[in-house]
Amino acid sequence: MSLRQRLLIGLAVLFALIAIVAPVAAILTRAFGDGLGAWWSAIVEPETLHAIWLTVLTALIVLPINIVFGIAAAWAIARFRFPGRRALLILIEIPFAVSPVIAGLCFLLIYGAYGPVGAPLMNEGIQLMFNLTGIVLVSLFVTCPFVMREVLPVLQVTGEDEEKAALTLGANGWQIFRHVTLPNILWALVHGAILATARAMGEFGAVSVVSGAVRGQTMTLPLQVELLYNDYNTTGAFAAATVLTALALVTLMLRSAIAAVHPEAGGRT
Amino acid sequence: MFASLVSRRRSPLPGLGLTLGVTLLFVTLIVLLPLIGLGWQFARLGASDYLRVMGDPRVLASLRVTISAAAAATLVNAAGGLLLAWVITRYRFAGRGVLDALIDLPFALPTSVAGIALVALYAKDGWIGGLLAPFGLTPAYTWWGIVIAMAFTSIPFAVRAIQPLIEELDAAEEAAARTLGASDGQIFARVILPHLMPGILTGTGLSFVRSLGEFGAVIFIAGNLPFKTEIASLLIMIRLDEFDYPAAAAIAGTMLLLSLALLIAINIAQTRLYRRFEQGA
Repeated sequence: MSLRQRLLIGLAVLFALIAIVAPVAAILTRAFGDGLGAWWSAIVEPETLHAIWLTVLTALIVLPINIVFGIAAAWAIARFRFPGRRALLILIEIPFAVSPVIAGLCFLLIYGAYGPVGAPLMNEGIQLMFNLTGIVLVSLFVTCPFVMREVLPVLQVTGEDEEKAALTLGANGWQIFRHVTLPNILWALVHGAILATARAMGEFGAVSVVSGAVRGQTMTLPLQVELLYNDYNTTGAFAAATVLTALALVTLMLRSAIAAVHPEAGGRT
Repeated sequence: MFASLVSRRRSPLPGLGLTLGVTLLFVTLIVLLPLIGLGWQFARLGASDYLRVMGDPRVLASLRVTISAAAAATLVNAAGGLLLAWVITRYRFAGRGVLDALIDLPFALPTSVAGIALVALYAKDGWIGGLLAPFGLTPAYTWWGIVIAMAFTSIPFAVRAIQPLIEELDAAEEAAARTLGASDGQIFARVILPHLMPGILTGTGLSFVRSLGEFGAVIFIAGNLPFKTEIASLLIMIRLDEFDYPAAAAIAGTMLLLSLALLIAINIAQTRLYRRFEQGA
C-alpha cells in the first residue's frame, strides 16, 4: 500500500471519527458520566417512560399501515399501467423532499382546528392535531416512501411470469400474493419496514409541530430529549438519547445483516 | 398503433382495484391533502401580505443565515463525501466495513439526539470545543455551529451519491492516461473527476436541500438569536406558536418551492450529464 493510500485512509478515518463517531461517544459519556445508577434512574422517570411508551405505540400503529400501503402501492405501480402512474410515484416520494417543520405545518393547516378538514371535524368533537392522532398522521407522512421504494424495484426485477403461472394454475389473488409474491419481496419488505420504523420513532421536527407538547402526555422520546435538555436535566436528556442511539445502531446493524444475507433486498439509503 | 393497443391491454393479474384504491386513499389523506393545506393557505395570501411577511428584516435574515450555512455545509460535504466515498470504494483495509456502515449513522440518529450530541462536543467544555477555545474559536451558538449541524445530518447524501460512480470507473481509462504520461493530479482532474460529476452534483444538491430544511440538529447548537443565528425552520415554528398561520405558510411555502425547484434542477442537470457521457462527448 502506497504512502498516499495510507494518508487518504488516515484522513478519511479521522474525518469519520470527528464527524460521526465523536457525537455518539459524547452522548454515551454524558449519559453514563454519573454512573449506571444515575442513567437507570433517569430512564425510569415516569415522564421518560411515558415518552418511550408513546414512541413505541406510535411505531406499532404506523408499521402495519406502512406495510399494507407500501405493498399495495408497489403492486399497483409495478404490475399495472394506468393514467397518472408517474404522478402517483412522484407524490409518494414527495415527503422526502419536504422538511420536517414544513411537513408538520402542512398537517396543521389542513387537519388543525382552523383547517378545511379539521374545522368541521372539530365541530363534531373530533380533534386530529395536538394528540396521538396527529403524531401518527405526520409519522405516516415522513415514512410513507420507505416500504414502497424498497419493494417496487424487487417486484420490477422479479417480473410477473411466476404470478401469471400461478394464476393459470388456478390460484386466487390472495394465494398468489401469499405463495409467490411475498416470498420474493419478503426481505425488501423487512428492510423497508425497519427503515420506516426507525424513522417514525426518531422523527423530531414534524412531530414537534403537531404533538402539542403536553408534558408526560404527548411527548415522544425525541421530544422528551429536548424537554429535558431545556430543563437543564443533562443526565436525563442524554440518558433518553442513549435509548434512541441504541435504536439507530440496531437499525444500522439489521440493515448490514440483511444486505449481507439478501443483497437483492437492497441496501440503499 | 396495434402495438400500443396490445401494451395497454389489461394485465391478467388481479388486485388492481384493491391495491390502487388503498394507495390512492392513503396518498390523498397523508400526502395530497396536507400539501393542499399549505398550498391553499399560501395561495390565499395576497401579494401585499406575502411581501409584508417576507420583507420583514428578521425573515430575510433567517433566510440568509439558512442558505449561507447550508451552502457552507454542502462544501464541507462535497470534500468530505468525495474523500470518504473514494477511500471506502477504492481501498481495502481493516475496518472498511465498519466505516461504510457508519456513514449512514447521521440518517439513523434522531435529529434531537444529534443536536444535543453536537452541542456537547462543540461547546467550550466539549472535547472539540475545548481544543478550539484556546484559539478563541467557539463554534457552538454561532453560525459555524449551524454549519456543523447541517453538515452532520447530510453527509450520507454526498457519500452515497458518489460511491456508485467510483465503482463504475473504468480502470483502462486511467491506465491509458498514465501511459500517455499524465500525472496523478492530471488523471484525477481530467479523467476521474468528470466521471464523478453527476454523483457530486446529486450528492451536494441533496445535501443542500436537506440542510435548508434541517431543524432538530440545528436548534440546539445555533443559539437561535434573531438576525444572527435563527434559521428559517425555527422562525416558522415561532410564527406557529404565535398562531400567525399566514406568516408561517408564507415562509414555509417559499422554502418548499425553493427546495422543489432545486430538486427538479438537479434531476434535469443529472439527466443531461449522463446523456453527455453516453454520447461519449
